[in-house]
Amino acid sequence: MNKYKTYLKYFIYSAIFVYVIIISYRSARPRYKPEHYTDIFKDFSWLNDWPKWLDFPLMQPINSGFDWLISKYGLFFDGINNFLLGIYTSMRNSIVDLPWPLVIAMVITITYFASGKKIQTTVLVAFCTFFLGFLSPRYWDKCIMTTCIVVIGMLLCIIIGIPVGIAMARNKKVRNALLPVLDLMQTIPSFCYLIPGILLFGLGAVPAIIAIFVYAVPPLIRLTDLGIRLVDKEVIEASEAFGASKKQTLWGVQIPLALPNIMQGINQCTMMSLAMVVIASMIGTRGIGDEVLLGLQQLNVGMATEAGIAIVLLAIIFDRITQSYGEKLQERTQPKKKINF
Amino acid sequence: MSKIEIKNVYKIFGEHPSKVLPMVQEGATKEEILEKTGHTVGLDNVSLNIEEGETFVCMGLSGSGKSTLIRHINRLIDPTSGDILVEGTNVMDLDKKNLIEFRRHKMSMVFQRFGLFPHKTVMENVGYGLEVQGKKLEEKNKIAMEKIEAVGLNGFEHQYPNQLSGGMQQRVGLARALATNTDIMLMDEAFSALDPLIRTEMQKQLINLQTELKKTIVFITHDLDESLKLGDHIGILNHGKLVQVGTPIDIIMNPADDYVAAFVKDVNRAKVIKAKIIMLTPEDFKKNGEKQSNIIKVNENDFLDEFLPKVCLTPATIEVIDNDGNIKGYITEKVLSKALTKSNANGAYKS
Repeated sequence: MNKYKTYLKYFIYSAIFVYVIIISYRSARPRYKPEHYTDIFKDFSWLNDWPKWLDFPLMQPINSGFDWLISKYGLFFDGINNFLLGIYTSMRNSIVDLPWPLVIAMVITITYFASGKKIQTTVLVAFCTFFLGFLSPRYWDKCIMTTCIVVIGMLLCIIIGIPVGIAMARNKKVRNALLPVLDLMQTIPSFCYLIPGILLFGLGAVPAIIAIFVYAVPPLIRLTDLGIRLVDKEVIEASEAFGASKKQTLWGVQIPLALPNIMQGINQCTMMSLAMVVIASMIGTRGIGDEVLLGLQQLNVGMATEAGIAIVLLAIIFDRITQSYGEKLQERTQPKKKINF
Repeated sequence: MSKIEIKNVYKIFGEHPSKVLPMVQEGATKEEILEKTGHTVGLDNVSLNIEEGETFVCMGLSGSGKSTLIRHINRLIDPTSGDILVEGTNVMDLDKKNLIEFRRHKMSMVFQRFGLFPHKTVMENVGYGLEVQGKKLEEKNKIAMEKIEAVGLNGFEHQYPNQLSGGMQQRVGLARALATNTDIMLMDEAFSALDPLIRTEMQKQLINLQTELKKTIVFITHDLDESLKLGDHIGILNHGKLVQVGTPIDIIMNPADDYVAAFVKDVNRAKVIKAKIIMLTPEDFKKNGEKQSNIIKVNENDFLDEFLPKVCLTPATIEVIDNDGNIKGYITEKVLSKALTKSNANGAYKS
């Protein structure tokens, strides 16, 4: 019985393959094809170089599909665009309007409490923040723009990534379906989804946020999934044995114990977002990435280096804050061994 | 009606257990099944009854299916076929909601590697069973505190599990199981991960708690001494089959097969056998015409090793008395030497 099933599967796959080849032949331009298809079996010269008729037509349907998508669901994408743009603009404007010492003070406060009142981390982050403007005064506002984009992209990742990761950990089918998608998201070159981003959302901050999402969400999903699956089986068993429902086990045991891993995922997510936001400057996203692009265009080594340092500083700020928050959580969930005697 | 009845339970691990089941029922061995189908037989036609208020010890080497068996009772594992009745209700018929209710109120469990929640304090760990029941915080903490005191961990209630030693952690596990006040307690190799001294201490604590609480305990262990010490009845598993069920004395005196015999071979009988088990009744004693000379009096509940040194010193007849001083029987040197001989006693001392 099982053997027939496998044979049937092979048969279906080969049928699809043959069908695809026929399609490619039929859709090829007449001048690329031999006069009659029987010529293929008489004249074997096409075996030397890849024949032009053996060309799977993917570009055309994708383009027309995209056109259809924009004409039909344009309003939907406009809605997303306006929503994200609205959040971005209001967030950017409110921070840009603040006096810069106040912004630094805010960063210091956030770091101080997020790191569990670690002085060292706070001082480091404060200096990094100060140096952003100190490097070049025009960097200050650009860094704020970049930060806003990264933060919104990250929030999007967290809102969507963590539930998806949890679903993956709990259901094998979901995991099998999503793993190839995640692989695709991670391997496909970023420019390939920047272009449709521009088509759907226009130039500016929103396609950058979408690109950040595509680029940065896979590690968060993977680490959430891993974190939840790594929770000790006996602990889960204990929870079940005392009559905890699935929901109680998830919120009371699995998520708290997976938090260090999830925080690591968020940290990775931030770093990747920052990398993406620089690439996104090539599609007209304003931010510190422009400066790198400008330096590249003018072959101005100094300018590119200066901007590069600013990005590194920004990365350090993000990394320290998320990392130390993660450590704080870890300490709470897995306290260090103390000697009692 | 027994408290827990396990009826013809089979458990097969693998991709298509129901297809392999008929083979197992026809009597194919574990090795054959593994070779032919790639499935592992966890339990092979296990049936047993556990009475209310007793400690039932399930013993076997690792891989004999004892941990699988205990997980069937609260359905952490579903059997491939068979029924499990707890207080007359078939656990297999429970739907999701009822199963959760059943686990909350009928039984609690203690785990080999403790299974404590590392992110919760001792108090929160102990109160977990009550927390999932939806009890109020005050009530939960009050009961949790009582149980923490019962296992002697006062002062540690705000520590985290990994700040405690192994023995203390298992006490937390025990307190957590006691907190829901269920009739049945499942203990899966509860003391196996502890060092010998702590283990003995925990065994004593369990015995003390048990005399007070009279719970139905299913205890899993691979340690014979432990099972003899704790068990009212012992069931011995080998390759997923239940090879013998009986009282500790039964198991020692009449091992059902070589596997059990190998298990009990090295037991110090003097430490396990009580005087009342091997004594001759006064009638038998008189019939044999033994002389009553040089009498030593011992309590009927004394273990042999408690009075053995005295007998060795001066040859004597042992008079067995009960707590009120009434003569219950006699032990002669012959009887004594027979009881202590390692070979199979051929059912002479069936209790």
